[in-house]
This record gives sequence, C-alpha cells and structure tokens, in this order.
Amino acid sequence: MSVAAIETEQLRKVFGDRAAVKGLTLQVAQGEVFGFLGPNGAGKTTSIKMLLGLISPSSGTASLLGKPIGDRDAMSRIGFLPEHFRFQEWLTAREFLTLHGQLLRMKADDLASRMDELLERVGLADYRNKLLRTFSKGMLQRVGLAQALLNRPALIFLDEPTSGLDPVGRRLVRDVIREVRAQGTAVFLNSHLLSEIEVTCDRVAFIRHGEVVRVLELAVLSTDETSLSIRVSNFPAEALSGLSQWGKDIQMDGEHIRMVIQSDAVLPEITRYLVTQKGEVYAITPNRMSLEDIFIETVGKDGGL
Amino acid sequence: MNAILILANLTFREAIRRRIVLAGLALGISFLVIYSIGLHFILIDMRQEFTLRDLPARQNFMNVEMQNFFMMAGLYAITFLSIAMAALLGADTLAGEINSGTIQTIVSKPIRRADVILGKWLGFAGLLGLYLLFMAGGVVSSMLIQSGYVADNLLNGLGLIYLETLLIMTITLMCSASFPALATGGIVFGMYGLAFIGGWIEQIGAIFQNPTAVKVGIFTSLLIPSEALWRRAAYEMQTPLAGVLGMSPFAATSVPSLLMVIYAILYLVVALILSIRIFQRRDL
Repeated sequence: MSVAAIETEQLRKVFGDRAAVKGLTLQVAQGEVFGFLGPNGAGKTTSIKMLLGLISPSSGTASLLGKPIGDRDAMSRIGFLPEHFRFQEWLTAREFLTLHGQLLRMKADDLASRMDELLERVGLADYRNKLLRTFSKGMLQRVGLAQALLNRPALIFLDEPTSGLDPVGRRLVRDVIREVRAQGTAVFLNSHLLSEIEVTCDRVAFIRHGEVVRVLELAVLSTDETSLSIRVSNFPAEALSGLSQWGKDIQMDGEHIRMVIQSDAVLPEITRYLVTQKGEVYAITPNRMSLEDIFIETVGKDGGL
Repeated sequence: MNAILILANLTFREAIRRRIVLAGLALGISFLVIYSIGLHFILIDMRQEFTLRDLPARQNFMNVEMQNFFMMAGLYAITFLSIAMAALLGADTLAGEINSGTIQTIVSKPIRRADVILGKWLGFAGLLGLYLLFMAGGVVSSMLIQSGYVADNLLNGLGLIYLETLLIMTITLMCSASFPALATGGIVFGMYGLAFIGGWIEQIGAIFQNPTAVKVGIFTSLLIPSEALWRRAAYEMQTPLAGVLGMSPFAATSVPSLLMVIYAILYLVVALILSIRIFQRRDL
C-alpha cells in the first residue's frame, strides 16, 4: 500500500508555443481526496488528460497506482468522469453502463448487480431503461458518476463533477466521495466550487500557469482563525468587554457584533455568555478564513491571467 | 468479451439506433422498387421487339446482352449507394466522438487505441456487408425472377464491390482520425470523384488507343483504386461483347489487372494501419 495513487514529476505539455502545463509535480496518496484548484486555463483538465493517457505529455513522468501512464492493469482500477461529459446518447442507462463495464473487463453477473446498485445510488433506478438522449444534464452527470464507480476503482478522477447539478445532486456527489474514500479509494477532484472542495478534500493543490504554486492540508483550515459574527438586539454595550476573554478585535455595529476567535472550541462558552446577558441573541455565525480567500490570495485577483 | 468485438457491436448498434441505416435502407428499397418496375416494362418491350423482328437464336443473344446491361446498371447504382453509406458512416465516427468528448471515457478504459479503430472498422464492415448483400440480393433476384438471368462470376463481382466499399470506408476512417467530419466527407467524395474521372479518361483512352490517357487513368487508380475495383467487378460479370463495345458507364473496356486488385487490398491495409497510428498519436 505504500505506492502513491498518483505521482508526477515535472509533467509538461506544450501546445504550439504555449505551455498549458509547465511542470506538474505532485503526489496523491492512496485513499486521499485531493482537490485540484486553479483559475480557468490553468491547465487542470490538460493535467488530468495527461494522467489518463488521453494527451501525451511533452516531457516529464507520471505513474498511477505505481504503474506508468496508460498501463492497462492500472486503467482497469481507475474511474473517470470527464468534464464535458458526452456519452453515447442512443443507449439506455443500463446499456451505457453495460458497455463501460464490459470495457472494464467486469464479469457479467458482477456487472449486472453493481449496475443496479449504482443506478439506485445515483437515483436513476427508475430511468434504467430510458435512452440517455432523454436525460437532463444533471441526470447525465449522475449516470456518468455511476460509470466512473462501476469497477470499484482504487483511484477516481472527477473533473468538475458538480457543474451540471442542482443542490441535491451536489450533495449526492459529496456523499459518494465520502463513501468511496471510506472504502480506501483515492479521489482526484477538479472543481471550481471551492465550498465543495472545502468540505470533501483532505488536501488541495493550487495550480497557476500549469504549475503547483501551493499545496494545503485542509485540516489546517479548521484550526485557523475564525471571524465570528453575532446578531443581537438590545445588547448592553458594557457586556461587550466580557467577550474579550475568548477573542480579539471586538466591534459592535448596531445589531451586529464581530470578533475574531482562535478556534471553534470557544463557541459554546461564548453562546452561554451571550444568553446570560440582557438582550436577545438571533444568530452566532463563525466565518472561517475560507478556501475562497486562500484561493484568491494564492492565485491572485486576476485569476492568474 | 474482447474489446474489439465490444466496440464493433457498439458501432453496429449506433448506426442502427441513429437511423443512418434506416435512411440507407429507405433509399435502397425505393431504388429496388423503381428498378424492378422499370425492368419489368423494359423486359416486356424487349421481348415483343425481338419476337417481331428476329430469329430465335439472335433473340436470345440480344436478350442476354440487354439483361446484362440492366444488371450492371443496377449493380453500379447500389455500389454508389454503398459507398455513400460507407462515407456517411465513417465521416462522423471518430471526428464526432473526439469533438464531443464521447471518446474520452472509452479510451481511458483498459483498452488499446488500436482496439477502437479495429472495433469501428469491423462494425462498419459488417454493416456494409449486410447492406450490400441486401441491395445486391434485391437487384439479382429482381432480374432472376423477371427474366431468369444470372450474370457470370456474380460472387467475384460482388466481392470486388464489397472490397471497394471497404476501401472507401477505411479511407474515411483514416481521414476521420485527423480531420473534422465535414472535411472528411469532402475529402472522401473528392477522392471518389477523382477516381471516377480518372477511370473515364482511362476508358476513353483505351477506346481511342491513346496510351497517355490510359496512363493517367492508371495513375489515378494508384492514388485511389476504388473505380478500378468497380471496373474489375464489371469485367468479371459483363458479357464479352459489352467489354468490346465498352461505351457504357457500367462496363469496363480497359480492364484493371489482378495486380490492381492486390494493390487495392494493400492500400486498404495500409490505410487501416495509418488510421491506428494517427489515432494513437492524437491528443484527445
């Protein structure tokens, strides 16, 4: 189990005189959910395509599950949901999954039961015999996700998996990511939705101009400073100073109190304190330094253009 | 199941589900109906004419000539329909799937890229074979039922027509691996047109015994041997007299040699290998 799920070394792709990916070096451990972040045109999709053997790198090396790119044994243990998913729309959902299962060399009975299980999981059980042509964008994304999970992959690439999905669908993707992670699957997640990344990923890499500019453990975020906003009415101003034992930069503006705390752990104590004071408390909202803040700080406001 | 067979099956089903085959069959059946009705009246006319004017022996001889002429005309038309079908099926296949991204989930499976090409080729080859069999079956049986006539070397001829269809399909597949669908269609029909004109220059050259014109024709056949295959097929099936008279679009005066048939087979194999090579190197 010591081999990395993904390992790349100075992976580079040049189109004409433009380097889409300048030199990608990263490691993703088995069982890890890895977020791949960057502005449009940073080379995220090109990187994924190189790893999957769809685009040949101009230079550099990479391995998936310890095997070189394109190795067929490794590919049979990998799942992939492409960004602009377009599938054989003249097939029904079941035929579509059968096709992909066969290409993954799955056994017929295993494939049949796995297919039903997954259609159920992505909420398409009632549509199993409907043509994909009749599916909405969100339904196609769901069947695409089922396709990527068919072979119980050890590593799964999701390129913008939630782009076509409504909130229910997004939650589904999030839950599925958690489930497969619990089974030891590594997930390589490329998404623009930072809130998605924030709640699902163990680590993220920020890409700019086709290079990794920063790798961040997301667990760090939760221990970072948090700004707290409290909404109250008729709150006595003198009680404000009592909050300073848990945080700093305390300000009051009409009904809103803002302060910075070191950790979420103090929230219960603050809540207890507030309710024992005169006045009414309507909301206590911690606003962590979000991934979005870090994203903009890392790649720049210009989005790296 | 082998990846090539899975993809051949998929190709086959796609053509049927996307109603390309249906369109081809509708056109084909219309053709067969018109052809059979036309043939019916021509045969009646012909019999009356010959019975009125000629001796029985001569009558039979002329009958065979005319029946062969109409048989070849029918087969020529279905050759064209099959080629159109080959080009239509092949033009969009890779180009369209690369463009839409459909190919990405296929190629990222544990298969070789060559499997994709070979699977498609096999699927189309099966489909075109069935189509040709149906259409040629229609023409041949229409003639057989109405007049009792069967052309000589029918199977050789049909085999060569099938080879021509496969050749066009393979060239289309090769172009489709590098160019967009519309460009592929343009190139393939352009090449077919070139071969057609070249074939005619050779025919006329042979009739007027102009060796330069014949060479031009052979040269175009080397560029694309499709028309040469038709003329070889016509030569196999036509009556000896039709070959001598020659002035019919459905007959062959300057007969391509067997070497040209072998050349066409090699051409097909090379085009198939090139399709694989191009597709293997292509960024998707």
